[in-house]
Amino acid sequence: MKVLDEGVNPLFMDPDPDKARDFFRQKTRAMVDKRTTEKEAVEKYVTDGCYLAIGGFGANRIPNAIVHEIVRQGRKNLGFLGHTSTHDFQVLAAGKVFNRVDSAYIVGLEARGLSRNARRYMESGEVQVTEWSNYALAARLRAAAEGVSFGLTRCMLGTDTFKMSAAKVVECPFTGKKFVAVPALWPDVAAIHVHEADMYGNSVIRGISVADLELARAAKHLIITAERLVNNSIIRDDPTVTSIPFYLVDAVVEVPFGSYPGNMPYLYFSDEEHLAQWLKVEKDPEEFKKFLDHYIYGVDSFEDYLVRCGGLKRMEELQKLESFVED
Amino acid sequence: MAPEYNMMELMICVASRYLEDGKTVAVGTGAPCAAAMLAQKTNSPELVILFEAGGVAPQLPQMPISVGDSSTFYRAVMAAGMVEMMTTCARGQVDYAFLGGAQIDKYGNINSTCIGDYYKPKVRFPGSGGANDFASLCWRTMVMTVHEKARFVEKCDFVTSPGFLGGDGGREEAGLPQGGPYKIITDLAVMGFDESTHAMQIESLHPGVEADKVQAETGFELVIPAEIGRTEPPTAEELRILRDEVDPGRLVIGRA
Repeated sequence: MKVLDEGVNPLFMDPDPDKARDFFRQKTRAMVDKRTTEKEAVEKYVTDGCYLAIGGFGANRIPNAIVHEIVRQGRKNLGFLGHTSTHDFQVLAAGKVFNRVDSAYIVGLEARGLSRNARRYMESGEVQVTEWSNYALAARLRAAAEGVSFGLTRCMLGTDTFKMSAAKVVECPFTGKKFVAVPALWPDVAAIHVHEADMYGNSVIRGISVADLELARAAKHLIITAERLVNNSIIRDDPTVTSIPFYLVDAVVEVPFGSYPGNMPYLYFSDEEHLAQWLKVEKDPEEFKKFLDHYIYGVDSFEDYLVRCGGLKRMEELQKLESFVED
Repeated sequence: MAPEYNMMELMICVASRYLEDGKTVAVGTGAPCAAAMLAQKTNSPELVILFEAGGVAPQLPQMPISVGDSSTFYRAVMAAGMVEMMTTCARGQVDYAFLGGAQIDKYGNINSTCIGDYYKPKVRFPGSGGANDFASLCWRTMVMTVHEKARFVEKCDFVTSPGFLGGDGGREEAGLPQGGPYKIITDLAVMGFDESTHAMQIESLHPGVEADKVQAETGFELVIPAEIGRTEPPTAEELRILRDEVDPGRLVIGRA
Protein backbone atom coordinates (compact mmCIF):
# COMPACT_ATOMS: atom_id res chain seq x y z
CA MET A 1 0.00 0.00 0.00
CA LYS A 2 1.58 3.24 -1.14
CA VAL A 3 1.82 6.09 1.37
CA LEU A 4 1.06 9.37 -0.41
CA ASP A 5 1.11 11.86 2.46
CA GLU A 6 1.42 11.94 6.21
CA GLY A 7 0.47 14.10 9.17
CA VAL A 8 3.31 15.81 11.05
CA ASN A 9 2.25 15.54 14.67
CA PRO A 10 3.30 12.80 17.12
CA LEU A 11 1.62 9.44 17.45
CA PHE A 12 1.33 8.96 21.21
CA MET A 13 0.48 5.26 21.31
CA ASP A 14 1.99 2.18 19.67
CA PRO A 15 -0.37 0.73 17.00
CA ASP A 16 1.24 -2.74 17.02
CA PRO A 17 -1.61 -5.31 17.28
CA ASP A 18 0.67 -8.09 18.51
CA LYS A 19 1.78 -6.07 21.52
CA ALA A 20 -1.91 -5.48 22.24
CA ARG A 21 -2.63 -9.20 21.87
CA ASP A 22 0.19 -10.01 24.28
CA PHE A 23 -1.42 -7.68 26.80
CA PHE A 24 -4.92 -9.06 26.33
CA ARG A 25 -3.58 -12.64 26.52
CA GLN A 26 -2.63 -12.15 30.16
CA LYS A 27 -5.73 -10.13 31.10
CA THR A 28 -8.01 -12.31 33.25
CA ARG A 29 -11.12 -13.85 31.74
CA ALA A 30 -12.33 -15.12 35.10
CA MET A 31 -15.84 -14.08 36.09
CA VAL A 32 -14.90 -12.68 39.49
CA ASP A 33 -16.26 -10.00 41.77
CA LYS A 34 -14.76 -6.69 40.55
CA ARG A 35 -16.63 -4.33 42.84
CA THR A 36 -14.49 -1.57 44.27
CA THR A 37 -14.52 2.16 45.07
CA GLU A 38 -13.68 5.03 42.73
CA LYS A 39 -10.69 5.77 44.97
CA GLU A 40 -9.22 2.28 44.63
CA ALA A 41 -10.02 1.98 40.94
CA VAL A 42 -8.17 5.21 40.17
CA GLU A 43 -5.23 4.28 42.44
CA LYS A 44 -4.85 0.97 40.70
CA TYR A 45 -5.55 1.69 37.05
CA VAL A 46 -4.96 5.40 36.41
CA THR A 47 -1.25 5.81 36.97
CA ASP A 48 0.94 8.87 36.28
CA GLY A 49 1.90 9.02 32.63
CA CYS A 50 -0.72 6.56 31.39
CA TYR A 51 -3.09 7.20 28.48
CA LEU A 52 -6.69 7.82 29.54
CA ALA A 53 -10.03 7.80 27.71
CA ILE A 54 -13.39 8.89 29.11
CA GLY A 55 -16.63 7.45 27.77
CA GLY A 56 -19.91 9.20 27.03
CA PHE A 57 -20.29 12.51 25.30
CA GLY A 58 -18.80 15.37 27.29
CA ALA A 59 -21.71 16.12 29.60
CA ASN A 60 -23.82 13.08 28.73
CA ARG A 61 -23.38 9.73 30.46
CA ILE A 62 -19.89 10.56 31.73
CA PRO A 63 -18.12 8.67 34.55
CA ASN A 64 -17.70 11.88 36.52
CA ALA A 65 -16.83 10.20 39.84
CA ILE A 66 -13.71 8.80 38.18
CA VAL A 67 -12.92 12.13 36.52
CA HIS A 68 -13.12 13.93 39.89
CA GLU A 69 -11.11 11.24 41.63
CA ILE A 70 -8.28 11.50 39.07
CA VAL A 71 -8.07 15.23 39.76
CA ARG A 72 -8.36 14.75 43.53
CA GLN A 73 -5.53 12.21 43.51
CA GLY A 74 -3.40 14.65 41.53
CA ARG A 75 -2.49 12.47 38.58
CA LYS A 76 0.04 14.03 36.22
CA ASN A 77 1.45 13.64 32.71
CA LEU A 78 -1.45 11.61 31.40
CA GLY A 79 -2.18 11.18 27.71
CA PHE A 80 -5.84 11.96 26.97
CA LEU A 81 -8.27 10.99 24.25
CA GLY A 82 -10.06 14.25 23.48
CA HIS A 83 -12.99 12.64 21.72
CA THR A 84 -16.35 14.35 22.23
CA SER A 85 -14.96 15.64 25.52
CA THR A 86 -16.53 18.72 27.07
CA HIS A 87 -17.19 18.91 30.81
CA ASP A 88 -14.90 15.93 31.44
CA PHE A 89 -12.12 17.78 29.62
CA GLN A 90 -12.88 20.91 31.61
CA VAL A 91 -12.52 19.06 34.93
CA LEU A 92 -9.34 17.23 33.91
CA ALA A 93 -7.84 20.48 32.57
CA ALA A 94 -8.63 22.12 35.93
CA GLY A 95 -6.41 19.47 37.54
CA LYS A 96 -3.76 19.83 34.82
CA VAL A 97 -3.60 16.06 34.75
CA PHE A 98 -2.62 15.59 31.09
CA ASN A 99 0.27 16.84 29.00
CA ARG A 100 -0.62 15.30 25.63
CA VAL A 101 -3.95 15.08 23.87
CA ASP A 102 -5.33 13.38 20.79
CA SER A 103 -7.90 16.02 20.00
CA ALA A 104 -11.10 15.99 18.01
CA TYR A 105 -13.21 18.16 20.34
CA ILE A 106 -11.75 19.92 23.37
CA VAL A 107 -12.15 23.15 25.43
CA GLY A 108 -15.76 23.71 24.40
CA LEU A 109 -19.04 22.73 26.04
CA GLU A 110 -21.07 22.84 22.82
CA ALA A 111 -23.88 25.42 22.93
CA ARG A 112 -22.89 26.42 26.47
CA GLY A 113 -19.65 28.11 25.40
CA LEU A 114 -15.92 27.65 25.82
CA SER A 115 -14.10 26.80 29.03
CA ARG A 116 -11.71 29.68 29.70
CA ASN A 117 -9.56 27.63 32.01
CA ALA A 118 -9.24 24.74 29.56
CA ARG A 119 -8.38 27.25 26.86
CA ARG A 120 -5.71 28.88 29.04
CA TYR A 121 -4.20 25.44 29.64
CA MET A 122 -4.24 24.55 25.94
CA GLU A 123 -2.78 27.94 24.96
CA SER A 124 -0.01 27.69 27.59
CA GLY A 125 2.20 25.41 25.51
CA GLU A 126 2.26 22.81 28.30
CA VAL A 127 0.16 20.35 26.34
CA GLN A 128 1.18 18.53 23.16
CA VAL A 129 -1.71 18.11 20.74
CA THR A 130 -2.34 15.92 17.72
CA GLU A 131 -5.49 16.71 15.69
CA TRP A 132 -8.18 14.30 14.53
CA SER A 133 -11.90 14.35 13.78
CA ASN A 134 -14.53 12.58 15.86
CA TYR A 135 -14.93 9.83 13.29
CA ALA A 136 -11.16 9.44 12.88
CA LEU A 137 -10.84 8.80 16.62
CA ALA A 138 -13.82 6.43 16.66
CA ALA A 139 -12.21 4.61 13.70
CA ARG A 140 -8.94 4.35 15.65
CA LEU A 141 -10.78 2.72 18.53
CA ARG A 142 -12.67 0.44 16.16
CA ALA A 143 -9.41 -0.72 14.55
CA ALA A 144 -8.02 -1.45 18.01
CA ALA A 145 -11.17 -3.36 18.94
CA GLU A 146 -10.77 -5.40 15.74
CA GLY A 147 -7.14 -6.19 16.54
CA VAL A 148 -5.76 -4.53 13.41
CA SER A 149 -3.18 -1.77 13.28
CA PHE A 150 -5.17 0.82 11.32
CA GLY A 151 -8.59 1.82 10.11
CA LEU A 152 -9.55 3.55 6.87
CA THR A 153 -11.69 6.63 6.38
CA ARG A 154 -12.25 9.37 3.81
CA CYS A 155 -12.40 12.16 6.37
CA MET A 156 -9.61 14.67 7.07
CA LEU A 157 -8.35 14.56 3.44
CA GLY A 158 -6.97 17.85 2.11
CA THR A 159 -7.17 19.78 5.40
CA ASP A 160 -4.92 21.11 8.16
CA THR A 161 -6.72 18.70 10.48
CA PHE A 162 -4.99 15.95 8.51
CA LYS A 163 -1.68 17.81 8.36
CA MET A 164 -1.64 18.19 12.16
CA SER A 165 -2.66 14.57 12.74
CA ALA A 166 -0.52 11.44 12.82
CA ALA A 167 -2.52 9.76 10.06
CA LYS A 168 -1.32 8.80 6.58
CA VAL A 169 -2.91 9.05 3.14
CA VAL A 170 -2.66 5.71 1.36
CA GLU A 171 -3.58 4.47 -2.09
CA CYS A 172 -6.25 1.81 -2.29
CA PRO A 173 -4.78 -1.39 -3.79
CA PHE A 174 -8.08 -2.11 -5.59
CA THR A 175 -9.31 1.26 -6.89
CA GLY A 176 -6.27 3.51 -6.68
CA LYS A 177 -8.34 6.01 -4.69
CA LYS A 178 -7.00 7.90 -1.68
CA PHE A 179 -7.93 6.94 1.88
CA VAL A 180 -6.79 8.11 5.29
CA ALA A 181 -5.20 5.36 7.36
CA VAL A 182 -5.71 6.03 11.06
CA PRO A 183 -3.58 4.08 13.55
CA ALA A 184 -5.27 1.76 16.05
CA LEU A 185 -5.47 3.22 19.55
CA TRP A 186 -5.38 1.03 22.66
CA PRO A 187 -5.77 3.41 25.64
CA ASP A 188 -4.12 2.19 28.86
CA VAL A 189 -7.32 2.82 30.75
CA ALA A 190 -10.86 3.95 30.05
CA ALA A 191 -13.80 4.76 32.31
CA ILE A 192 -17.38 4.38 31.10
CA HIS A 193 -20.59 5.17 32.95
CA VAL A 194 -23.50 2.77 32.40
CA HIS A 195 -27.04 2.30 33.59
CA GLU A 196 -26.63 -1.12 35.11
CA ALA A 197 -23.80 -3.54 35.74
CA ASP A 198 -23.38 -6.73 37.70
CA MET A 199 -20.41 -7.36 39.98
CA TYR A 200 -18.50 -9.00 37.14
CA GLY A 201 -18.82 -5.98 34.87
CA ASN A 202 -21.55 -7.12 32.48
CA SER A 203 -23.01 -3.76 31.56
CA VAL A 204 -26.15 -2.27 30.09
CA ILE A 205 -26.22 1.12 28.39
CA ARG A 206 -29.56 2.69 27.49
CA GLY A 207 -29.81 5.29 24.73
CA ILE A 208 -26.99 6.29 22.42
CA SER A 209 -23.68 4.50 22.81
CA VAL A 210 -21.50 7.27 21.27
CA ALA A 211 -18.14 5.47 20.79
CA ASP A 212 -18.26 3.47 23.99
CA LEU A 213 -18.75 0.03 22.45
CA GLU A 214 -15.52 0.54 20.50
CA LEU A 215 -13.78 2.17 23.47
CA ALA A 216 -14.69 -0.67 25.84
CA ARG A 217 -13.07 -3.13 23.40
CA ALA A 218 -9.97 -1.01 22.77
CA ALA A 219 -9.04 -0.05 26.33
CA LYS A 220 -6.50 -2.25 28.07
CA HIS A 221 -8.09 -1.56 31.44
CA LEU A 222 -11.73 -0.62 31.85
CA ILE A 223 -13.39 0.96 34.86
CA ILE A 224 -17.19 0.76 34.83
CA THR A 225 -19.23 3.09 36.98
CA ALA A 226 -22.89 2.15 37.13
CA GLU A 227 -26.02 3.96 38.24
CA ARG A 228 -26.94 0.74 39.96
CA LEU A 229 -25.50 -2.68 40.53
CA VAL A 230 -27.78 -5.56 39.63
CA ASN A 231 -27.70 -9.22 40.34
CA ASN A 232 -26.15 -11.40 37.65
CA SER A 233 -29.51 -13.12 37.20
CA ILE A 234 -31.01 -9.80 36.01
CA ILE A 235 -28.35 -9.64 33.30
CA ARG A 236 -29.10 -13.25 32.33
CA ASP A 237 -32.84 -12.53 32.11
CA ASP A 238 -32.22 -10.33 29.06
CA PRO A 239 -28.70 -10.75 27.66
CA THR A 240 -29.67 -8.92 24.46
CA VAL A 241 -29.19 -5.59 26.24
CA THR A 242 -25.67 -6.36 27.50
CA SER A 243 -23.26 -4.35 25.36
CA ILE A 244 -20.11 -4.60 27.48
CA PRO A 245 -19.25 -8.15 28.64
CA PHE A 246 -17.38 -8.90 31.87
CA TYR A 247 -14.08 -9.95 30.24
CA LEU A 248 -13.46 -6.38 29.10
CA VAL A 249 -13.90 -4.98 32.61
CA ASP A 250 -11.39 -4.55 35.45
CA ALA A 251 -13.34 -2.60 38.06
CA VAL A 252 -16.99 -1.97 38.84
CA VAL A 253 -18.08 0.98 40.98
CA GLU A 254 -21.68 1.75 41.89
CA VAL A 255 -22.24 5.52 41.58
CA PRO A 256 -25.85 6.71 41.63
CA PHE A 257 -26.09 10.05 39.77
CA GLY A 258 -22.58 9.28 38.53
CA SER A 259 -22.91 11.36 35.36
CA TYR A 260 -23.88 14.50 37.32
CA PRO A 261 -23.78 17.38 36.35
CA GLY A 262 -24.07 15.61 33.02
CA ASN A 263 -27.21 14.11 31.59
CA MET A 264 -28.04 10.40 32.09
CA PRO A 265 -30.55 9.17 29.51
CA TYR A 266 -33.96 8.23 30.91
CA LEU A 267 -32.82 9.03 34.49
CA TYR A 268 -31.85 12.68 34.93
CA PHE A 269 -31.09 15.74 32.81
CA SER A 270 -27.91 17.83 32.96
CA ASP A 271 -27.62 20.47 35.67
CA GLU A 272 -27.28 23.51 33.43
CA GLU A 273 -27.07 25.88 36.39
CA HIS A 274 -24.07 24.08 37.82
CA LEU A 275 -22.38 23.82 34.40
CA ALA A 276 -22.97 27.56 33.89
CA GLN A 277 -21.38 28.16 37.29
CA TRP A 278 -18.25 26.30 36.16
CA LEU A 279 -17.98 28.46 33.03
CA LYS A 280 -18.58 31.65 34.97
CA VAL A 281 -16.20 31.04 37.84
CA GLU A 282 -13.35 30.16 35.47
CA LYS A 283 -13.13 33.82 34.49
CA ASP A 284 -11.35 34.56 37.76
CA PRO A 285 -8.47 32.15 38.55
CA GLU A 286 -8.63 32.94 42.29
CA GLU A 287 -12.36 32.31 42.49
CA PHE A 288 -11.91 29.18 40.41
CA LYS A 289 -9.33 27.81 42.83
CA LYS A 290 -11.79 28.27 45.71
CA PHE A 291 -14.50 26.66 43.62
CA LEU A 292 -12.32 23.60 42.95
CA ASP A 293 -11.42 23.36 46.65
CA HIS A 294 -15.08 23.43 47.54
CA TYR A 295 -16.30 20.91 45.00
CA ILE A 296 -13.34 18.57 44.35
CA TYR A 297 -10.26 18.88 46.57
CA GLY A 298 -12.20 19.63 49.73
CA VAL A 299 -14.50 16.61 49.59
CA ASP A 300 -13.74 12.97 50.28
CA SER A 301 -15.88 11.45 47.60
CA PHE A 302 -18.18 12.10 44.68
CA GLU A 303 -21.10 11.51 47.02
CA ASP A 304 -20.00 14.52 49.06
CA TYR A 305 -19.81 16.56 45.87
CA LEU A 306 -23.41 15.64 45.09
CA VAL A 307 -24.42 16.77 48.56
CA ARG A 308 -22.65 20.12 48.02
CA CYS A 309 -24.54 20.48 44.74
CA GLY A 310 -27.91 20.20 46.43
CA GLY A 311 -28.14 16.49 47.14
CA LEU A 312 -31.23 14.44 46.58
CA LYS A 313 -33.49 17.47 46.26
CA ARG A 314 -31.52 18.75 43.27
CA MET A 315 -31.26 15.25 41.79
CA GLU A 316 -35.03 14.89 41.96
CA GLU A 317 -35.44 18.15 40.07
CA LEU A 318 -33.12 16.86 37.36
CA GLN A 319 -35.03 13.57 37.21
CA LYS A 320 -38.17 15.54 36.54
CA LEU A 321 -36.53 17.51 33.70
CA GLU A 322 -35.53 14.26 32.03
CA SER A 323 -39.14 13.19 31.54
CA PHE A 324 -39.65 16.04 29.00
CA VAL A 325 -43.20 16.45 30.30
CA GLU A 326 -44.38 19.88 31.30
CA ASP A 327 -46.02 20.37 34.68
CA MET B 1 -48.77 44.22 6.76
CA ALA B 2 -45.60 42.16 6.58
CA PRO B 3 -44.75 40.48 9.89
CA GLU B 4 -41.76 41.65 11.93
CA TYR B 5 -38.91 39.29 12.59
CA ASN B 6 -35.33 39.34 13.84
CA MET B 7 -32.23 38.23 11.91
CA MET B 8 -32.01 34.85 13.63
CA GLU B 9 -35.62 34.10 12.69
CA LEU B 10 -34.91 35.12 9.11
CA MET B 11 -31.83 32.87 8.88
CA ILE B 12 -33.69 29.89 10.35
CA CYS B 13 -36.67 30.31 8.01
CA VAL B 14 -34.42 30.68 4.96
CA ALA B 15 -32.31 27.64 5.91
CA SER B 16 -35.40 25.51 6.51
CA ARG B 17 -36.57 26.05 2.92
CA TYR B 18 -33.44 24.42 1.50
CA LEU B 19 -34.06 21.13 3.33
CA GLU B 20 -35.98 18.94 0.90
CA ASP B 21 -38.57 16.44 1.99
CA GLY B 22 -37.50 12.82 2.38
CA LYS B 23 -33.82 13.71 2.78
CA THR B 24 -31.49 13.31 5.74
CA VAL B 25 -29.85 16.15 7.64
CA ALA B 26 -27.13 16.02 10.29
CA VAL B 27 -27.59 18.92 12.67
CA GLY B 28 -25.88 20.49 15.63
CA THR B 29 -27.48 22.45 18.44
CA GLY B 30 -28.97 25.91 18.01
CA ALA B 31 -30.02 27.51 14.73
CA PRO B 32 -29.41 24.49 12.45
CA CYS B 33 -31.55 22.30 14.67
CA ALA B 34 -34.28 24.93 14.71
CA ALA B 35 -34.14 25.12 10.88
CA ALA B 36 -34.51 21.35 10.57
CA MET B 37 -37.39 21.26 13.08
CA LEU B 38 -39.13 24.12 11.24
CA ALA B 39 -38.69 22.32 7.89
CA GLN B 40 -40.36 19.23 9.35
CA LYS B 41 -43.36 21.32 10.39
CA THR B 42 -43.64 23.17 7.06
CA ASN B 43 -42.29 22.01 3.69
CA SER B 44 -40.58 18.73 4.64
CA PRO B 45 -42.56 16.55 7.06
CA GLU B 46 -40.50 13.50 6.08
CA LEU B 47 -37.12 15.16 6.65
CA VAL B 48 -34.95 12.86 8.80
CA ILE B 49 -32.90 14.51 11.53
CA LEU B 50 -29.64 12.82 12.58
CA PHE B 51 -27.25 13.61 15.41
CA GLU B 52 -23.59 12.61 15.30
CA ALA B 53 -23.63 11.01 18.75
CA GLY B 54 -26.22 8.46 17.61
CA GLY B 55 -29.77 9.86 17.57
CA VAL B 56 -31.75 8.77 14.49
CA ALA B 57 -35.04 10.50 13.59
CA PRO B 58 -35.98 11.78 17.06
CA GLN B 59 -39.27 13.52 17.77
CA LEU B 60 -37.47 16.42 19.42
CA PRO B 61 -39.36 17.55 22.53
CA GLN B 62 -37.23 20.69 22.95
CA MET B 63 -34.11 22.36 21.57
CA PRO B 64 -31.13 20.17 22.47
CA ILE B 65 -28.30 21.71 24.47
CA SER B 66 -25.87 19.03 23.33
CA VAL B 67 -25.82 16.88 20.20
CA GLY B 68 -25.73 13.92 22.57
CA ASP B 69 -28.31 14.88 25.19
CA SER B 70 -31.43 12.81 25.78
CA SER B 71 -33.63 14.98 23.59
CA THR B 72 -31.56 14.01 20.52
CA PHE B 73 -32.94 10.49 20.66
CA TYR B 74 -36.30 11.17 22.34
CA ARG B 75 -38.82 8.87 20.66
CA ALA B 76 -36.19 8.21 17.98
CA VAL B 77 -36.25 5.13 15.76
CA MET B 78 -32.75 4.19 16.90
CA ALA B 79 -30.26 5.20 19.55
CA ALA B 80 -27.00 4.32 17.80
CA GLY B 81 -23.44 5.59 18.10
CA MET B 82 -20.90 7.67 16.28
CA VAL B 83 -19.61 4.92 14.01
CA GLU B 84 -23.15 4.21 12.80
CA MET B 85 -23.77 7.88 12.03
CA MET B 86 -20.45 8.57 10.34
CA THR B 87 -20.48 5.39 8.26
CA THR B 88 -23.96 6.41 7.09
CA CYS B 89 -22.39 9.65 5.87
CA ALA B 90 -19.50 7.71 4.30
CA ARG B 91 -21.91 5.47 2.39
CA GLY B 92 -23.53 8.54 0.86
CA GLN B 93 -26.83 8.44 2.75
CA VAL B 94 -26.66 11.84 4.41
CA ASP B 95 -27.81 14.74 2.24
CA TYR B 96 -27.26 17.82 4.36
CA ALA B 97 -25.08 18.81 7.27
CA PHE B 98 -24.72 22.13 9.06
CA LEU B 99 -21.29 23.40 10.07
CA GLY B 100 -20.03 26.34 12.07
CA GLY B 101 -16.71 27.97 12.73
CA ALA B 102 -14.66 31.07 13.49
CA GLN B 103 -13.54 31.60 9.88
CA ILE B 104 -14.74 30.65 6.41
CA ASP B 105 -12.88 31.36 3.17
CA LYS B 106 -14.06 31.91 -0.40
CA TYR B 107 -14.08 28.19 -1.19
CA GLY B 108 -16.13 27.39 1.89
CA ASN B 109 -13.25 25.91 3.92
CA ILE B 110 -13.89 26.32 7.62
CA ASN B 111 -11.71 26.96 10.66
CA SER B 112 -12.91 25.81 14.08
CA THR B 113 -9.46 24.93 15.50
CA CYS B 114 -7.35 28.00 16.26
CA ILE B 115 -6.49 31.61 15.51
CA GLY B 116 -2.81 32.37 15.03
CA ASP B 117 0.02 29.89 14.78
CA TYR B 118 -1.12 26.32 15.42
CA TYR B 119 1.65 25.54 17.89
CA LYS B 120 1.30 28.87 19.71
CA PRO B 121 -2.38 29.65 19.20
CA LYS B 122 -3.71 33.06 20.09
CA VAL B 123 -7.04 31.37 20.61
CA ARG B 124 -7.70 27.64 20.80
CA PHE B 125 -11.18 26.51 19.71
CA PRO B 126 -12.66 23.01 20.07
CA GLY B 127 -11.33 21.64 16.77
CA SER B 128 -13.14 19.46 14.27
CA GLY B 129 -15.50 17.47 16.44
CA GLY B 130 -17.65 15.82 13.79
CA ALA B 131 -17.46 18.82 11.43
CA ASN B 132 -14.61 17.55 9.26
CA ASP B 133 -16.41 14.21 8.92
CA PHE B 134 -19.66 15.85 7.79
CA ALA B 135 -17.82 18.26 5.46
CA SER B 136 -15.90 15.36 3.93
CA LEU B 137 -18.71 12.84 3.65
CA CYS B 138 -22.13 14.54 3.30
CA TRP B 139 -23.53 15.65 -0.05
CA ARG B 140 -24.33 19.26 0.77
CA THR B 141 -23.03 21.28 3.71
CA MET B 142 -24.52 24.54 4.94
CA VAL B 143 -23.39 27.27 7.31
CA MET B 144 -25.50 29.74 9.28
CA THR B 145 -23.48 32.64 10.64
CA VAL B 146 -23.37 36.37 11.22
CA HIS B 147 -21.73 38.14 8.31
CA GLU B 148 -18.58 39.96 9.36
CA LYS B 149 -15.19 40.62 7.83
CA ALA B 150 -13.29 38.82 10.58
CA ARG B 151 -15.19 35.63 9.75
CA PHE B 152 -15.22 35.76 5.95
CA VAL B 153 -11.48 35.68 5.32
CA GLU B 154 -9.24 35.32 2.29
CA LYS B 155 -7.41 32.45 3.97
CA CYS B 156 -8.33 30.53 7.11
CA ASP B 157 -5.62 30.38 9.80
CA PHE B 158 -6.33 26.65 9.90
CA VAL B 159 -8.51 24.59 7.58
CA THR B 160 -10.39 22.34 9.98
CA SER B 161 -13.11 21.15 7.58
CA PRO B 162 -12.98 21.04 3.81
CA GLY B 163 -15.07 23.16 1.50
CA PHE B 164 -13.83 23.09 -2.08
CA LEU B 165 -10.23 23.37 -0.76
CA GLY B 166 -8.29 25.27 -3.48
CA GLY B 167 -11.30 25.62 -5.79
CA ASP B 168 -12.19 23.67 -8.90
CA GLY B 169 -10.92 20.09 -8.66
CA GLY B 170 -9.65 20.62 -5.11
CA ARG B 171 -11.77 17.94 -3.50
CA GLU B 172 -11.10 15.41 -6.27
CA GLU B 173 -7.36 15.94 -6.06
CA ALA B 174 -7.37 15.47 -2.29
CA GLY B 175 -9.33 12.24 -2.68
CA LEU B 176 -12.52 13.54 -1.10
CA PRO B 177 -15.83 12.19 -2.35
CA GLN B 178 -18.20 14.47 -4.25
CA GLY B 179 -20.01 16.94 -2.04
CA GLY B 180 -19.06 20.22 -0.47
CA PRO B 181 -20.53 23.57 0.53
CA TYR B 182 -24.03 24.33 -0.69
CA LYS B 183 -25.43 27.46 0.99
CA ILE B 184 -23.97 29.99 3.40
CA ILE B 185 -26.81 31.77 5.14
CA THR B 186 -25.96 34.97 6.98
CA ASP B 187 -27.80 37.93 8.44
CA LEU B 188 -27.17 39.81 5.15
CA ALA B 189 -27.55 37.33 2.32
CA VAL B 190 -27.53 33.78 1.04
CA MET B 191 -24.30 32.76 -0.68
CA GLY B 192 -23.73 29.80 -2.96
CA PHE B 193 -20.74 28.74 -5.02
CA ASP B 194 -19.94 29.34 -8.69
CA GLU B 195 -20.43 26.11 -10.60
CA SER B 196 -17.10 26.17 -12.40
CA THR B 197 -14.68 27.96 -10.06
CA HIS B 198 -16.43 26.99 -6.80
CA ALA B 199 -15.82 30.50 -5.48
CA MET B 200 -18.43 31.97 -3.13
CA GLN B 201 -21.10 34.08 -4.81
CA ILE B 202 -24.08 36.07 -3.64
CA GLU B 203 -27.33 34.32 -4.50
CA SER B 204 -29.94 36.38 -2.73
CA LEU B 205 -29.89 39.55 -0.69
CA HIS B 206 -32.02 39.88 2.42
CA PRO B 207 -34.66 42.65 2.47
CA GLY B 208 -33.02 46.06 2.70
CA VAL B 209 -29.48 44.82 2.01
CA GLU B 210 -27.46 45.70 -1.10
CA ALA B 211 -24.53 43.80 -2.59
CA ASP B 212 -21.93 46.45 -1.69
CA LYS B 213 -22.84 46.06 1.98
CA VAL B 214 -22.28 42.29 1.77
CA GLN B 215 -18.97 42.81 -0.03
CA ALA B 216 -17.90 45.37 2.59
CA GLU B 217 -18.43 42.79 5.33
CA THR B 218 -16.47 40.12 3.43
CA GLY B 219 -12.67 39.79 3.56
CA PHE B 220 -12.34 38.48 0.02
CA GLU B 221 -13.84 39.29 -3.36
CA LEU B 222 -17.27 37.75 -3.71
CA VAL B 223 -18.62 36.70 -7.06
CA ILE B 224 -21.50 39.12 -7.70
CA PRO B 225 -23.71 37.91 -10.56
CA ALA B 226 -25.49 40.43 -12.77
CA GLU B 227 -28.84 39.31 -11.45
CA ILE B 228 -29.21 38.60 -7.77
CA GLY B 229 -32.37 37.35 -6.14
CA ARG B 230 -34.15 38.85 -3.15
CA THR B 231 -34.60 36.66 -0.10
CA GLU B 232 -38.26 35.98 0.61
CA PRO B 233 -38.85 37.22 4.16
CA PRO B 234 -40.33 34.79 6.71
CA THR B 235 -44.04 34.25 6.30
CA ALA B 236 -46.46 34.75 9.17
CA GLU B 237 -47.01 30.99 9.23
CA GLU B 238 -43.28 30.18 9.41
CA LEU B 239 -42.85 32.66 12.25
CA ARG B 240 -45.82 31.29 14.15
CA ILE B 241 -44.50 27.73 13.99
CA LEU B 242 -40.95 28.79 14.78
CA ARG B 243 -42.03 30.82 17.81
CA ASP B 244 -44.82 28.63 19.16
CA GLU B 245 -43.67 25.11 18.35
CA VAL B 246 -39.96 25.01 17.53
CA ASP B 247 -38.42 27.40 20.04
CA PRO B 248 -41.04 28.57 22.53
CA GLY B 249 -38.29 29.11 25.11
CA ARG B 250 -36.59 31.51 22.66
CA LEU B 251 -33.27 29.75 23.31
CA VAL B 252 -32.15 30.34 19.74
CA ILE B 253 -34.38 33.04 18.30
CA GLY B 254 -33.89 35.11 21.43
CA ARG B 255 -30.19 35.36 20.66
CA ALA B 256 -30.55 37.79 17.76
